[in-house]
Amino acid sequence: MVLIIIPFIAALLALVFKDKLAKIIALTASVAQLIVNFVLLSGFDVKNKAIQYASSYEWFSALGLNYSTGIDGIAMVMLLLTNIACVLIILSAWDNNYSGMTKFLSLVLIMQGALNGVFLSTNGLMFYIFWELALIPIYFIVGIWGGENRIKITFKFFIYTFLGSLLMLLALIFVYLHTPGNHSFEWSEMLKAEMNGWESTLVLWAFFIAFAIKMPVFPFHTWQADTYSVAPAQGTMLLSGIMLKMGIFGMIRWMWPMAKNACGCNYNIFIILAVIGIIYAAIIAIRQNDIKRVIAWSSVSHVGLIAAGIMTWNKEGLQGGILQSFNHGINVIGLFFVAEIIERRLKTRDLTKMGGLAKYGRGFAFLFMMIMLGSVAVPFTNGFTGEFLLLNATFNYQIILGIVSGLTIIFCAVYMLRVYQLAMYGPEKDNGGRIGKLSWSEYLTLGIIVILVITIGVFPNLILNISDTSVNDLISLMKGGATL
Amino acid sequence: MENYIALAIFIPLLGFVISGLLGRFMSKNITGIISSLSVLVSFVCSVILFNHLSNGGESVKLDMYNWIAAGNISIDFSFLADRLSVWMMLIVTGVGFLIHIYSIGYMQHDEGFYKFFAYLNLFIFSMLSLVLGANYVIMFFGWEGVGMCSYLLIGFWYANKEYGYAARKAFIMNRIGDLGLLIGIFVLFNTFGTTDYQTVFSGAASANKGTIELICILLFVGAIGKSAQIPLFTWLPDAMAGPTPVSALIHAATMVTAGIYLVARSSVFFVSSELASIIVLVVGLVTAIVAATIAIKQNDIKKVLAYSTVSQLGYMFVALGVGAYSTALFHVTTHAFFKALLFLGSGSVIHAMSGEQDIRFMGGLSKKLKITHITFLLGTLAIAGVPPLAGFFSKDEILAKAYYGNGIVVFVLLALTSIVTAIYMARLYFLTFHGEFRGTEEQKHHLHESPVTMTIPLILLAILSCVGGFLGLSSLFYHHHFVDEFLSKVLINAHIPHPSELFEIIVLVVSVIILVIIIFATRRYYVSNKNIPVAIEEETGVEKILSHKYYFDEIYNKLILKPIEWLSSFAHDFMDRRFIDGIVNFSGKGVTVCGKYLRLVQSGNVEYYLLAMVVGVITFLVIYQLV
Repeated sequence: MVLIIIPFIAALLALVFKDKLAKIIALTASVAQLIVNFVLLSGFDVKNKAIQYASSYEWFSALGLNYSTGIDGIAMVMLLLTNIACVLIILSAWDNNYSGMTKFLSLVLIMQGALNGVFLSTNGLMFYIFWELALIPIYFIVGIWGGENRIKITFKFFIYTFLGSLLMLLALIFVYLHTPGNHSFEWSEMLKAEMNGWESTLVLWAFFIAFAIKMPVFPFHTWQADTYSVAPAQGTMLLSGIMLKMGIFGMIRWMWPMAKNACGCNYNIFIILAVIGIIYAAIIAIRQNDIKRVIAWSSVSHVGLIAAGIMTWNKEGLQGGILQSFNHGINVIGLFFVAEIIERRLKTRDLTKMGGLAKYGRGFAFLFMMIMLGSVAVPFTNGFTGEFLLLNATFNYQIILGIVSGLTIIFCAVYMLRVYQLAMYGPEKDNGGRIGKLSWSEYLTLGIIVILVITIGVFPNLILNISDTSVNDLISLMKGGATL
Repeated sequence: MENYIALAIFIPLLGFVISGLLGRFMSKNITGIISSLSVLVSFVCSVILFNHLSNGGESVKLDMYNWIAAGNISIDFSFLADRLSVWMMLIVTGVGFLIHIYSIGYMQHDEGFYKFFAYLNLFIFSMLSLVLGANYVIMFFGWEGVGMCSYLLIGFWYANKEYGYAARKAFIMNRIGDLGLLIGIFVLFNTFGTTDYQTVFSGAASANKGTIELICILLFVGAIGKSAQIPLFTWLPDAMAGPTPVSALIHAATMVTAGIYLVARSSVFFVSSELASIIVLVVGLVTAIVAATIAIKQNDIKKVLAYSTVSQLGYMFVALGVGAYSTALFHVTTHAFFKALLFLGSGSVIHAMSGEQDIRFMGGLSKKLKITHITFLLGTLAIAGVPPLAGFFSKDEILAKAYYGNGIVVFVLLALTSIVTAIYMARLYFLTFHGEFRGTEEQKHHLHESPVTMTIPLILLAILSCVGGFLGLSSLFYHHHFVDEFLSKVLINAHIPHPSELFEIIVLVVSVIILVIIIFATRRYYVSNKNIPVAIEEETGVEKILSHKYYFDEIYNKLILKPIEWLSSFAHDFMDRRFIDGIVNFSGKGVTVCGKYLRLVQSGNVEYYLLAMVVGVITFLVIYQLV
């Protein structure tokens, strides 16, 4: 509850004050959020399979719309990611002076509240409302503070997500209408919806398209590279770091359980799409010259692997997917921030115009290297464990698909090392751009990210343990075994 | 005993942290000494463990913590010091320590001095994890770690664009192999439910034979990448872009032998897999021949040695392929001695020549670089297989095992390759150290012997290259084969009959005669007749093909790189921009209702919307909280 309220109040506060103070308020609020999140985590029993901190208030009872929230292990990981990421995102904006900074920050805070709402909701309609609420700020952020062509690109982004949301709403209502007795949007009630295989399949596809657009999964991805590259750095971080996890979370929490009667064969199609996306995006990433576009495409590729892994619906895949969602969020924020730091100094993101940045920016070179290694999934960085579990799951699901998605470990090395080499190595370009010293906020942001990259690489069980019981329970639930 | 494992592994890691973080504040010598000492500690631990095992002690296992646990997968971070691991440990830390010492002199004038030592320590840590890991995943952890260090060190002089490309190429080619290894690990998980060595090997007998073959082939794909075998060998010669101590340590003595270690470690699987063993044999044999022939036409001192390394690794794979795992490990050992020596010697030459690496511009260095010259000569004789130096015994044993384990064809091909080896090494030696000096006046004036930190490791390695062969004397000379006796407790060698005495004597006599002929012939050709190699453009026929390294790089470029680049453009420009987006835009036009929303974005009055939104949400929340 508090997790949703704080950002909204802070958003209001921030709106009242001037730039500098607004930054302080926003940062304080996000740190407070994170502390609340840690308090919740410390009281969270990872061995308990029930939804914890559950609370429910009647809202429009006629509609079955209750304000119901609660946290299970899967949601806890997502909340942690959201609240850690928001601190990083706000910190990363410290050196930015956009016109209308206060508005910008309050939009970020609203997003944080809405995102927390998405992960907390245990009521279908609430979930939808927060989902939509999270979209509004990002439209503004991209539409107002974006770069060239922002209106056209925001429009495209809007159409995509609008279509997705529409399908999701229809699916939710459809399931709602099939719940027994007095219809309800409560998650636990919606699980009991009686649908035949055909109806389930319909629901499955509607959910899939909605979530696939958000993540995005091939071929619903064409909004993404443009939007990521045109959005201001923090907008891109929000989109890639946290928002796309709404899609992953949606698949695990809503799509899979709601459409349990659907033929498993549909998942074959989904996984094949995801695997195509892994390779397709990786190959495109190899030739891009805009840093943000390389990262954007790498994100499509990585998320494709997460999607493929979780949709095998076995425990290793789900656990790997949840862990990797967290890791991807951290790493991609780091990478986009690296791009932002370079752009702040060189006024360009074009790799062909860079070179030799390592010479006058050793600290930066080291931090960038660590984040890159995390992304390439070198052991003892966070990316390794997630990728290992996901690839293993995909491989066990189907050998050929496993091998094809395994190619990502090669391609990822190709495009990430290319970025690093073009930007950091080689002779200096004579346009005079240098990294020089990082500011304290830049150091702090990247520093926290690198610490997370290594800590989770060495102790992945820190995250895996949180979601372990919930994933077990979800799987046994789907097998028709024990339930809540 | 477990503590010695922990010390051996983590002291170099500590060294990495210290020199990485504090190196810039410390003097160069202190950084160098701290780094070197950390490796010395590891070496001492290795000796203690070795002592423990050779006195009949049990293998030592160190369990640290549960690293990854998800579903049926549970991976412990644990290390196992058995005879094979400890043998590798001794090589890694022993040769590693000498190379650390050497680097203090070699890198003295480099501004990235502390970074270099930090990376070297990190490499030792990774390499020890590789050989000591108690399951395949920890082995893979070290495997990737050494690959990363190799990447960092090849591209150490990052301002040079070419070096950056070489580093990238090495990493990516390794990754191709890694994919095979990774899938092999998945199959292991699938079959045995774990990758812990002890469990996996004891279950090998009852497992499906086809699965075992598959596992072996997949593991070998990993070995191909890391140990630079055909078709993934072209990265190793390019890796010579790194500083020379790196070439000696990583790209000759230790990391590239990880593939040999992997196959030997899995000897339980390989010994029963006929198909996989034949693949190993053929790949090793072809690589040995191809690389040796390329080496004849190279003019860069380090590239000759690099191709030589590839070729020698091929020899080791031949030994593995016939099931003589201890023999392969024996050659790993002697090769570590003489190849590290040769690389360090070449480093000393390059140091003296102010960075020049082309042997066409050297000559007559024996007068100025006395210690380098003598040690390099010993290394050359050792690799060429002159008895009683180290290379003779290990290579002779591979030839014998190939003959008795497989047949006359492999034996003859390998023997011919040995002749080629002697030729390119003699050519290298004579062009570098004899004849007239062909460099510039300035270089001539500057010629000097290297400092003592560099010559001492040279001398020690030269001694090892001379006596290393006595670790595995053939039955003709002595009835104890030390390497075989020590390692055969963990390696499951195939049963290959002992060579007859007649065979041994013939091989010994014939090889001595041939070597003497080669040495005099090359001396006559390159020194007396002054045939200095010409530029690559002037070559014709077979020589041209050899100089172009059989066009491997060009072929890969045409067949793999170009198509992928084309595909990338096609996917982006056509599939994405035209096809998928075309469909999206078409449907987008139908959704006129969106226009309405777009206007909201453009109206610019954001505060109003924001305020309305925030107030609305809070009101709802608060009201229904209270009600």
